[in-house]
Amino acid sequence: MPSSSYLIAVLAIVFSITLALRAAPFAVLGRLRDSAIVQRLAVWMPVGILAILAVTALHGTITSDAHGAWYALLAVTVTIGVHLAFGRRTILSVCAGTAVYVVLLNSL
Amino acid sequence: MEQDVLPRTAAPAPAARRTQLAQGVRDSFSAGLGIFPLGIALGLLIIQAGLPWWLAPALSLAAFAGSLELLLVGMMATVTPLAAVALTVLVVNFRHVFYAFSFPLHLVRHPVAKAYAVYAMIDEAYAVSASLREHERSAPRLLAMQIACETYWVGGGLVGVALGAALPAPVKGLEFALCALFTVLTLDAFRSRKELPSLVLAGASAAVALVVTPGMAMFTALLLFVGLLLARHAVSARRSVQGAASA
Repeated sequence: MPSSSYLIAVLAIVFSITLALRAAPFAVLGRLRDSAIVQRLAVWMPVGILAILAVTALHGTITSDAHGAWYALLAVTVTIGVHLAFGRRTILSVCAGTAVYVVLLNSL
Repeated sequence: MEQDVLPRTAAPAPAARRTQLAQGVRDSFSAGLGIFPLGIALGLLIIQAGLPWWLAPALSLAAFAGSLELLLVGMMATVTPLAAVALTVLVVNFRHVFYAFSFPLHLVRHPVAKAYAVYAMIDEAYAVSASLREHERSAPRLLAMQIACETYWVGGGLVGVALGAALPAPVKGLEFALCALFTVLTLDAFRSRKELPSLVLAGASAAVALVVTPGMAMFTALLLFVGLLLARHAVSARRSVQGAASA
């Protein structure tokens, strides 16, 4: 079992690097807020970053349980279908998709 | 660009603030569906790896970054050198650098609240706030959502630790909620055909990243995406200069 001092050193490293990565861009952007490129990126980025998060989360799900790949694709389809059909209620859509995946994965 | 219809007051009325806090907590529910089970998984993993239980809350407070923490448990159990730990943290969490472009930190005035909002800028917090329109956002709403998310994450970890190895077979697949959440938020952020080029570039980046570097697909995809957006900016800037010259 690793020593407590090792674990605390890991915690300190993780805390400082993660916080620095989250904070540093704001310090730089504060001065660049009026630049055309920063304003454009602020508008262009969200939908693309969200799509990348969705795709890589799906990929992670599939690689952690390879036999559930089709269930995962079906569950994504259900999520999208419910979201568009029932008035974009996020919690309902997420619950429906997750329920489909969990039920299929644990029962089949 | 959307403009606020109402003039912005310096301090919202107590009733308005309470509504905003309630909205923030409500925003957090869908994220919590993914965060809480993932926290339980982290707690279970820590106990199974033979690490002390206090590591679950300590790691969640120190890092507050789901995927990274799951990765770190294995590294700590095998006492991976600290330099390798630092490099992993840098690569896995590098994506947060890009969140600053559209994270509504400017809404938060109080310095302590501002520091907390930056510290707690996890994927889910970025995603939920990015899918809101500018006039729907407020500092209380953002902070309430972030605090709720951290509560789910730390609470889930403690539940996982408490369950320990006692559970014979925990329900599998609950983490899919995160995938479903990001899918739904992508749909919500896609409001008009103006968003289509960004979506196509992101799709292409993700496809290339999954083929070339499947082990760190998110990192590669985000780098490619930002590179493509910079190229797009260069192209559209040149086009507007040409348009101005010919006009």
